[in-house]
Amino acid sequence: MSDNADSKATPRGVAKGDLGIALGIIVLGLIAGWQTTTIPQSAYAAVGPRAFAWATSVMLVVMGALLAKDAFSGGWSHESDEFGEVDWPGGLWLMGGLILNVGLIEIIGFILAGTLMFVFTAKAFGSSSLLRDALIGFALALVSYVGFDRVLGYKIGSGWIEMMI
Amino acid sequence: MSTFEHLLNGFSIALQPFNLLWAFVGVTVGTAIGVLPGLGPALTIALLLPLTYKVEPTSALILFAGIYYGAMYGGSTTSILLNTPGESASIVTSIEGNKMAKKGRAGAALATAAIGSFVAGTIGTIGITFLAGPVVELALKFGPAEYFSLMVLSFVTVSAVLGSSVARGLTALAVGIFLGMIGIDNQTGQARFTFGITELFDGIGVIVVAVGLFAVGETLYLAFQKSSKNQDDSVLEVKDSLWMSKEDWSRSWKPWLRGAFIGFPIGAMPAGGAEIPTFLSYYTEKKLSKHPEEFGHGAIEGVAGPEAANNASAAGVLVPMLALGLPTSATAAIMLSAFQSYNINPGPQLFATKPELVWGLIASLYIGNVMLLVLNLPLVGLWVKILRIPTPLLYGGILMFATIGTYGISRSAVDLILLYVMGIMGFFMRRYDFPTAPVIIGMILGPLAEQNFRQAMTISQGDMMIFLTKPISLALLLISVLAIAGPKLWEMRSRKV
Repeated sequence: MSDNADSKATPRGVAKGDLGIALGIIVLGLIAGWQTTTIPQSAYAAVGPRAFAWATSVMLVVMGALLAKDAFSGGWSHESDEFGEVDWPGGLWLMGGLILNVGLIEIIGFILAGTLMFVFTAKAFGSSSLLRDALIGFALALVSYVGFDRVLGYKIGSGWIEMMI
Repeated sequence: MSTFEHLLNGFSIALQPFNLLWAFVGVTVGTAIGVLPGLGPALTIALLLPLTYKVEPTSALILFAGIYYGAMYGGSTTSILLNTPGESASIVTSIEGNKMAKKGRAGAALATAAIGSFVAGTIGTIGITFLAGPVVELALKFGPAEYFSLMVLSFVTVSAVLGSSVARGLTALAVGIFLGMIGIDNQTGQARFTFGITELFDGIGVIVVAVGLFAVGETLYLAFQKSSKNQDDSVLEVKDSLWMSKEDWSRSWKPWLRGAFIGFPIGAMPAGGAEIPTFLSYYTEKKLSKHPEEFGHGAIEGVAGPEAANNASAAGVLVPMLALGLPTSATAAIMLSAFQSYNINPGPQLFATKPELVWGLIASLYIGNVMLLVLNLPLVGLWVKILRIPTPLLYGGILMFATIGTYGISRSAVDLILLYVMGIMGFFMRRYDFPTAPVIIGMILGPLAEQNFRQAMTISQGDMMIFLTKPISLALLLISVLAIAGPKLWEMRSRKV
């Protein structure tokens, strides 16, 4: 790497985020390789179930290594960095909504859990009218439940409101 | 039977009231999701995949094709009026289209986009009609070795050539192949990559992956992004008439035709992709225009050409999808999995075994294009209203549909957790600039490539040379190598000069 004076705008040295991603891919490749060794080999086929599994594991590790090398020389994500500042409250509201949904959907049913998630998501995107969001979310959940479960034959399961309709 | 007779038969199927209704629903839903930022045809078709349990194949595929075509039309409305492209193939349209709208010429821009989409979509559909036969003829000569090499070429072009980085594209592809391999190996019955979790024995559904990557991932990205909340996303008004002036017509018709003839062949190649033809068309029109000074300030040619190219290439993508069973875009890959859920394998045999399905689908594309012209011109006001849905409610709704599409099929919280894991992966892929389409394509095409590889190796009794001794296979592999190494070699050469 030569130090060009005109590339002052690009960060020098190791790009930590990019390196983290690259290491993650290497780890995924290693896990895949470890899992591959647990696949029983069958004697009859010319190519067994392991061949492609090995190829994929190796490809993940090699790609991860290439990306890691890239990350050590400045990385790539700054080239198209459109993300800007992190909005922690927004992101956490959304995560909260998702967790509530997965935790409650089997207990209170899709309609109520979905309404809660809707309200949390709206809040994450800066909405301040809680009541309006709750009403719209409830109506949308109700209509989608009837449409998908009762008409189109999806199986969304039961719940407190679902039992009443 | 000749192509014409097949097509006539196709029309007799597509014109049945029930199928007309499905086509209409498809193009309407397609336009709506094309208009809405953040929703795309791949995601929508994935969400509606469970319909394949209830609806017969022809109707379901007519619906999905309608969504696919509709999204291409709807995307242009958003890029013109909002300057936020509804889908990636409309990015170029927003360059000139939004400038035209700001100058009070939104009506003319919408009109040239819609009519251009209609002209090019129809030319593209004619292209499918007449190209499908010859491609099928060629494909009948393909054995497993040739298919495997063709898939390698497709992998390479989709992940390495189209994206911004070879390494990131191939990483996304490898992740997709990994996801596609999870579950029971259908040839030996061995479980792979399941980590002992019983829910994973049936594999991960493409719905979970597509919805997680596209819907949950996008929502997470925007929720964590500060700048997404204070965007000025005012929708521009349509003040002028939707009737184009004489000058508009004379400046539009050539770009439409040129766009169609740029878009269709590129879409039909195993590389696919709708972005490249739109850029090519834009620069062609800029070069050929009598008013190059208007480019960048709202030149109508810059809307007419790329919009035509975008629709023609969307049609082109259906050629390898139907005739070879080779998806070259995320949407095509999900449509392929719709075929698979009926135990139907697209490819040359399909034209012989299920002509009514293939030709009914092709005929419905002609009909869908006419419907879309009507939906998108006189009724454009309706779509403008959809654009005014506030972001908080839009993403709340998207997540609700994501839940229905996953939990609503399996009623398993494990699938919801997988959905969120895919969403987090989608977030990081977006944040660190990895392309997502190779994940979907790797996931759908990976198992098919493996199957063909093993069949070829069984035929050759374990001799790898079979891929190099068959001329078609060798040629396809050589093109793949060139596609990866070519740009690098070119760079090295031009650096020396």
